Amino acid sequence: MFITVSAVILVAIAIGLVRAFRGPTLYDRVMAANMIGTLTVLMVAVLGFMTGRPEFLDIALVYVLISFVSTIAVLRVVNTSNDTTEDSKQ
Amino acid sequence: MEHFIDIVLLGLLMITGFAIVRLRSLLAVTMLTSIYSLLSAALFVVLDAVDVALTEAAIGAGISTILMLATIAQTTDREKVPRHTPLLPLIVVITTGAALIYGTLDMPHYGDPDAPVHRHMAAAYLHDTPLEIGVPNVVTSVLASYRGYDTLGEVTVIFTAGIGVLALLGYHTRRQNIQPPGIKKIVVLRVIAKLFLPLILLFALYILFHGDYGPGGGFQAGVIFATGFILYALAFGLGNAQRLIPQRLLHGLAAAGVLIYAAVGIEGMLLGGKFLEYRVLADDPVTGQHLGIMLIELGVGITVAAVMLIIYFGFVSRQNSGDS
Amino acid sequence: MMALALDLLSWIFLLAGAAFLLIGAIGVLRFPDFYTRLHAVSVCDTMGAGLVLIGLMLQGGLSLVTVKLLLIFYFMMFTCPTAVHALAQAALQGKLKPVVDDRES
Repeated sequence: MFITVSAVILVAIAIGLVRAFRGPTLYDRVMAANMIGTLTVLMVAVLGFMTGRPEFLDIALVYVLISFVSTIAVLRVVNTSNDTTEDSKQ
Repeated sequence: MEHFIDIVLLGLLMITGFAIVRLRSLLAVTMLTSIYSLLSAALFVVLDAVDVALTEAAIGAGISTILMLATIAQTTDREKVPRHTPLLPLIVVITTGAALIYGTLDMPHYGDPDAPVHRHMAAAYLHDTPLEIGVPNVVTSVLASYRGYDTLGEVTVIFTAGIGVLALLGYHTRRQNIQPPGIKKIVVLRVIAKLFLPLILLFALYILFHGDYGPGGGFQAGVIFATGFILYALAFGLGNAQRLIPQRLLHGLAAAGVLIYAAVGIEGMLLGGKFLEYRVLADDPVTGQHLGIMLIELGVGITVAAVMLIIYFGFVSRQNSGDS
Repeated sequence: MMALALDLLSWIFLLAGAAFLLIGAIGVLRFPDFYTRLHAVSVCDTMGAGLVLIGLMLQGGLSLVTVKLLLIFYFMMFTCPTAVHALAQAALQGKLKPVVDDRES
């Protein structure tokens, strides 16, 4: 049933993408990116087990750290942006 | 089953690509680019290319997004609406694309084991690596030993990029500690950053030296190392981070990495072999290869980490500095 | 027998984790406000990811693979709630107002 889990993860990624395109505020998009990052970690771990290659877990470890730092970096910039049109924040 | 995952991931990539083109807010586009990198890395994992997936994760989703965000913070973050219709470019692109696809119809199938590219050099490397070098990761053996001169060129390119950023942007050191203009102090973030910085650095060292046996190597390790310090800078402010790693140290480290690499090459010449020949570095050729690979990966890691930090500090310290 | 019980237990964890991932994703899609959607993401990150990782750990047995999965679990338990917290703080400082139900009084 690894197939079931990976199918569910792909569906969740697709839903996250919908939120990333739609999300009226910028913070919605940042949140969607963070969620897709976590789901990719799980996808890589499950894929590693499905194909029988445990080396993939190194990649998953790197993703966890990188997506965390990337989310925090975005937040630092988002609040200083000069964008005042309504597509961005509110 | 893997075909299904391939198709779904490629479909998601296409949708993300369309959205990147259509959205006008550059910050949203940057977040979507980071999502694109994450999806590509998952695709590389499905294609069984672990080193490429690791590099794509560390660089595409991490440092590239952070540097693009630092750039957008200093310029505008709204894309200008183009004033000409894209009809002529569209025709040119479609014609060129159709010609290219027609050209590839004659090529062998993707991943065909009988293709010429898979028969000569690839087979030779796969055959020789266990005998001459003795590391399980053939990507590392090709990158560091068989094509080591090429990798020396890559490290020099990275070093040159660091010098270019230094020459164009300068390096402003903050004597006083200015709060990062974005988010105000978040206590939870400070605690977690302090807790995770040593873990990230240790993990970077693991990726560096484990690159012979699993995915990894110098480039990925350098990027992860730099990301740890960037996390510290994000949580505690730029002034504190620049006090942690002084400017002269970064300049010295960037040069030291390239020097270590070239020194290994010259050492090979001094011991009687050719430039960058690792076999003569120790009594046993295989041990010599291991020693050579370890030293040059160390050099690559040091240079990449230092240059990434130089570029990051160069971009971010220009905010509020008043000169542009 | 023992192997069968471990296998069954790991499948239960994996499927429960997948269910939580789906629940969180549907929440992200349908909740009305940014802060409520953030809540749904944190369900995904903690319950969904945690249960899936525990299921994979039971599949791996006692080996280096389980140690690495434990590390991923540990990192995720620390970083995901921090990222969600930072997002909420940043949204508050960016003056994003939560949707409040004014129907009563």
